[in-house]
Amino acid sequence: MSAGTARINIRNRDTGVLQIGFAEKRISDALVIQQIGEEIGKAVDAETKPRVLLSFRNVDFLSSAALSMLIGVNTRVKSKGGKLRLAEIKPDIYQMFKITKLHSLFDIHDSVEDALKGF
Amino acid sequence: MTETPLPFESTASFGPEADGLADFEATLDAALEAHGYSESELFAIRLAVEEAVANGINHGNRRDPNKRVALTCRVDSSEVFVVVEDEGEGFDPGAVPDPTDEANIEIPSGRGLMLMGAYMSDVRYVPPGNRVEMTYRRGTSE
Repeated sequence: MSAGTARINIRNRDTGVLQIGFAEKRISDALVIQQIGEEIGKAVDAETKPRVLLSFRNVDFLSSAALSMLIGVNTRVKSKGGKLRLAEIKPDIYQMFKITKLHSLFDIHDSVEDALKGF
Repeated sequence: MTETPLPFESTASFGPEADGLADFEATLDAALEAHGYSESELFAIRLAVEEAVANGINHGNRRDPNKRVALTCRVDSSEVFVVVEDEGEGFDPGAVPDPTDEANIEIPSGRGLMLMGAYMSDVRYVPPGNRVEMTYRRGTSE
């Protein structure tokens, strides 16, 4: 983990897709959410037409404020003509997306491998 | 023979940084586990508690460092009762826009109340709206 990316990790840039994972198992603290949003935003802004894949493999808990942050990331990526995909969301968290109908807003895949197809 | 654990009750209050909430939740989780609640039930109850406290801090108390949000949780083997009260002026939950409406789907607000209502069996806002009482009854919630 390098300085400036304490809350997220970015890997496999060579695929042309920003694959982002989370260091936190619980994304509910207001400050943590703000920092994650800023770190993803910085990575997105560095791309011309960002293709971003967020993996939730490590995440056990989200709050509604974290969902709002993800909506902001989606808006930011789309405003640059890019694409955002989400993957490896655990069932309890996916249920939150369904309740709030955000599963229809986001492009959600079961696995990273599946999400990378045709990205 | 397995003994039925005694009912659990705990009260705490939080300022704008919610210091101590994680410790409170760890104690609550332990009580829920002792009473046989599943991982998914823990998720649901923890989410409702966090959303209610966050609403109290951010919307009720407007992050005023001189105001507190009080939280009480009671757990037994059949239900969980949660009370969250802030020092704000209250609000009308009926006036909060539906975040699942297509026109609002990208608006980043209103989802906390919706999730509390979805995960808990009963959510009641006590007028003027600065106190919410939530019940999770086993076998009736998601």
